[in-house]
Amino acid sequence: MNGKPAVESGRAAIRFRDPQIEMAHGAGGKASRRLVEGLFAPILFQNAGEFLGDAARVRIDGYALALTTDSFVVKPLRFPGGSIGELAVNGTMNDLAVSGAKGQAMVVTFVLEEGLPTTDLEAEVRAMADAAERSGVAIVGGDTKVVERGKADGMYITTTGIGRFMPQVTVDARSVRAGDKVILSGPIGDHGITILLARGELDLEADLASDTRCILPLVEAMAREAAPGVRWMRDPTRGGVATTLNELARDCGLGIVLSEEEIPMRDEVRGACELLGLDPLHIANEGQFLAVVAPEYADAALNAVNQAEGGEDACIIGEVRSEPACAVLVTTRYGGSRIVDMLVGDPLPRIC
Amino acid sequence: MRYVDEFRDPELITKASEEIYRLADPDRHYRIMEVCGGHTHAIYRFGLKDVLPSNIELIHGPGCPVCVLPMGRIDDGLAVAKDSDVIFAAFGDMMRVPGTHGSPFEHKARGTDVRIVYSPADALQLARKNPEKHVMFFAIGFETTAPSTALTLMRAKVEGIKNFSVFCNHVTIIPAIRAILDSPDMRLDGFIGPGHVSTVIGCRPYEWIARKEGKPVVTSGFEPLDLLQSLVMLLRQLRAGEARVENQYKRVVPWEGNRAALKAMAEVFQLRAYFEWRGLGFISQSALKIRDEYAEWDAEQRFPIPGTRVTDPKAAQCGEVLKGVLKPAQCKLFGNDCTPEHPIGALMVSSEGSCAAYYNYEHRKAAAMVTSISSVA
Repeated sequence: MNGKPAVESGRAAIRFRDPQIEMAHGAGGKASRRLVEGLFAPILFQNAGEFLGDAARVRIDGYALALTTDSFVVKPLRFPGGSIGELAVNGTMNDLAVSGAKGQAMVVTFVLEEGLPTTDLEAEVRAMADAAERSGVAIVGGDTKVVERGKADGMYITTTGIGRFMPQVTVDARSVRAGDKVILSGPIGDHGITILLARGELDLEADLASDTRCILPLVEAMAREAAPGVRWMRDPTRGGVATTLNELARDCGLGIVLSEEEIPMRDEVRGACELLGLDPLHIANEGQFLAVVAPEYADAALNAVNQAEGGEDACIIGEVRSEPACAVLVTTRYGGSRIVDMLVGDPLPRIC
Repeated sequence: MRYVDEFRDPELITKASEEIYRLADPDRHYRIMEVCGGHTHAIYRFGLKDVLPSNIELIHGPGCPVCVLPMGRIDDGLAVAKDSDVIFAAFGDMMRVPGTHGSPFEHKARGTDVRIVYSPADALQLARKNPEKHVMFFAIGFETTAPSTALTLMRAKVEGIKNFSVFCNHVTIIPAIRAILDSPDMRLDGFIGPGHVSTVIGCRPYEWIARKEGKPVVTSGFEPLDLLQSLVMLLRQLRAGEARVENQYKRVVPWEGNRAALKAMAEVFQLRAYFEWRGLGFISQSALKIRDEYAEWDAEQRFPIPGTRVTDPKAAQCGEVLKGVLKPAQCKLFGNDCTPEHPIGALMVSSEGSCAAYYNYEHRKAAAMVTSISSVA
């Protein structure tokens, strides 16, 4: 579930009025947020206490643990740079990492489609084992369901992870202040564009691979050097950097001002987006994170990420301002600027 | 990236901006219409207003194919898909456009087989792959997309593919510009001419605008520098008291157009006597229909068409915005009842629609302090 409320307290009204569920409700943008905040939160979460961005904080006998779950319904199952199994482990580890927690254990649910070749399943199970080993999490149990042919795209995987909070790291949109810096861990759009091209519906080819990876080592490196300065983190998956930062802007009531030229992006991603009329800021990532860091810690945080393996391209892409309140503004090199909103529905290529 | 970065060069953009400031008479208010929705999108996306003097007003034109399509046509297309059990294939732009009973996406959620395609050829491919089903391509667009529809129909005929048809909504740009100029409440100084349309029709069809209406036209590319250079060219003409058609987008637009594309269009299409445009009403000889030689592939001849006519919601002022009489934010519904997520008018749907572009990129900026932005990061 994307777009969980930062904090939910008291009994909220059910505001979800859409008559039926459409693809947009799962796309991670505005409709997803409306569903979560308007239906799930008021009915399910009313007494659940404290919520974090990407994982819940659960208190058991006075000990706080991070808990999160994520389902993976990617099509195709395998794509350049990764596959659904690897994604399923990394995705949950990353949700925990950006909540300031180190994943310790994970359970997994497989929904398998009748007729799925065993070789495909085995490949994904192995991919999960490899990913779990790389990120240092134990897969400790699970569940299997099989549905009739045509009822699932080969397989769906759900992973649920539990993690231990890192000392001194607080992730809270309400702690964000004007003047804070926005750090991005690396180039954006690789995953979303890779998947779009891997579906083979566009006659486009590019030398691109998904960025799926466990970002925990990068977050840990940053936390070691700058933990007290970290205000907020999130991995910009569905809906991309724009949606994630819009959620932050709304949660903290401030404006996020980005400098377009500082946002790292491969030429292949830029080129595909230019051709298809997509905004790279709306494209999904599976191996990046955004962090808002107090200005006095920004250099230390960035240096720590830069020096960690895979964090070389991290940079400061913008800062928090008091205006435009609750919005994201992107400035261009030549003095122009534009508001970038959350993703509405799925990113759709334009015709002309 | 080639063909992109050089047209976004900050130094050149600053120079072009300075030249515009130099050429623009401070005592004069300029009203320039960019005809094409792609230009509207680019103007907002690149924040070009920030580098222009305030007395240059850019008026958004009717060149957004999704925006000018009347709701009844969408209803008709979706009715065919539902009643005749055919696959409704369309560009992504169409998918969120509201019909009376919801958008193609909403129909998809209710069970209609709706597919996004990236070209009409993809829709034909869908027909080849699904021989037991009929695929109807819901064709929209100006002369930019009409040739690819024409070529696809020619291919379908050659291959004898029987389970494919086109619901044709192609329109032509010149009658729309004429309707704008005939509108009594419209006062314009010149046009940023369509870019992609002109790759097909060339620049000659605009000459009457310069000659008879006395207004300069500059066909323009879509990058920031293209648009600024086009404004420089327009201002130079206005300053010299001239009215000519000029071609800024020479790297793509041939003066005479694309003969092969025009030939394909002539082979497959003929002009409709009249066609309804959203906001502009019925305009004679403003749209294309499929010739009788291709009747077998014409969805309007093949399936029963309800012929739905829907009047736009009274409060929505799409027509005024389409004609450039009102700015998007001046519409009573803008931003409250009508948003990109819950669009009432099509101008709010397509990213090329002026309302969506304004909402996405400009709305709320007014309140923002955008000074000293260069110090970021």
